[in-house]
Amino acid sequence: MREITSEEVTQAVENLCISSNCTLNEDVWKALREKLKNEESLVGKEVLEEILENDRMAEEEKLPLCQDTGFTTIFVEMGQEVRVTEGDFYEAINKGVGNGYRKGYLRKSVVKDPLRRKNTGDNTPAWVHIDIVPGNKLKISVMPKGAGSENMSTVKMLSPTEGVQGVKKFVLDWVKERGANACPPLVVGVGIGGTFEGVAKLAKKALLRPIGSKNPEPFYAEMEEELLKEINNLGLGPQGLGGSSTALAVHIETYPCHIASLPLAINLQCHAVRHATIIL
Amino acid sequence: MNNLFRIETPLDEETISKLKIGDKVLLNGIVYTARDQAHKRLVDELEKAGKENRQPNLPFPLEGQVIYYVGPAPSRPGMVIGPAGPTTSGRMDTYTPILLEKGLKGTIGKGRRGKDTIEAMKKYKAVYFVAVGGAAVLISKRIKRIETVAYEDLGPEAIYRLEVEDFPLIVANDVYGNDLFDEGMKKYRKVT
Repeated sequence: MREITSEEVTQAVENLCISSNCTLNEDVWKALREKLKNEESLVGKEVLEEILENDRMAEEEKLPLCQDTGFTTIFVEMGQEVRVTEGDFYEAINKGVGNGYRKGYLRKSVVKDPLRRKNTGDNTPAWVHIDIVPGNKLKISVMPKGAGSENMSTVKMLSPTEGVQGVKKFVLDWVKERGANACPPLVVGVGIGGTFEGVAKLAKKALLRPIGSKNPEPFYAEMEEELLKEINNLGLGPQGLGGSSTALAVHIETYPCHIASLPLAINLQCHAVRHATIIL
Repeated sequence: MNNLFRIETPLDEETISKLKIGDKVLLNGIVYTARDQAHKRLVDELEKAGKENRQPNLPFPLEGQVIYYVGPAPSRPGMVIGPAGPTTSGRMDTYTPILLEKGLKGTIGKGRRGKDTIEAMKKYKAVYFVAVGGAAVLISKRIKRIETVAYEDLGPEAIYRLEVEDFPLIVANDVYGNDLFDEGMKKYRKVT
């Protein structure tokens, strides 16, 4: 059994909260620059230039790219030979979030109660997903998710016979209707299959994949490519003001499902695609 | 389409009548911040004053003014304001028409406006500007002064008075009822 102290977890989460909010991964930079090169609309080009300039300034000054530093979503892959010592694991994570948001001057956007709405003051609690995996490593990914794009996400229980066409039509109609409010160019996370609650997690996890990566199954990789093309043909463009750069990527994740079900989830991600990972 | 205007607040009808969707604007002067909870309080007071047949007690005069939908991140020592990009405007659509009726001339945010808001902008002669969502650091550099006006208990959602210099904006809805979101999509849509 490998031991990792809760303090190591706290420190890692603190660092990840700050780095994920203040820097973009290279795949995102590359995708945004590519869009600027190919955008047809003049307004769209200006919007993309402004986004790239903003992101450059943020990295240079170590400031959060966006004022909405999100609800902190954390994906953990815990090796089954790992034991966290000297304290509660969830407490360790939330302490890291609190420290990171305070020290990084990140906005505290979490209210303690959904209806009585008093701010918790330190952006806790995080929403933590834990998967147990073979091995003796602890992998932590922090994804600060802004509300603008999160509010434009959905779960739909389709009929099994609606099939590929039904899924594609629902995704396209949804992006056409709601995409403009989610700060395009977007990453479109799509979950297909599993259960009602499971499909939403698939869609969110799809957002962790690097832009340019493909679903390992050719059937779904092709569907990702077709959907991306069709979404960019919608004409929404950067910020929804018209143009050809509506999405940077479509990522599909799937899971087996019930004979009578076809769950579908869409989690939209704004152009500030923020996530950071560490392996302890 | 696509003219560049440098304009100052407060806004008058003559100035905003020149603006068309797709135009770029560099805004100067004072803008007030407000989002969900602040809007609710403003409109509650307007309605209450109406019922009680008295002048409303608002934290700032609406006539000719511009509201920016923003909840800034905390500022670091030495900075005027933290990153301060726009939030989604659609959430304010329930409250915007009544503010426009009372003289508000401009709103700044990101994303689409509802049908009723677009109608009210045409009726009361007002414009909706889009600031680039996620351009929070770039925008914060154009804010030269910040002062708390009201509802301090709301934290980042309080009403602040901002002095802006060349705040970069795009006209998304003009006084003629046009909508850049609709027109832009129509123009760049490819049917396959």
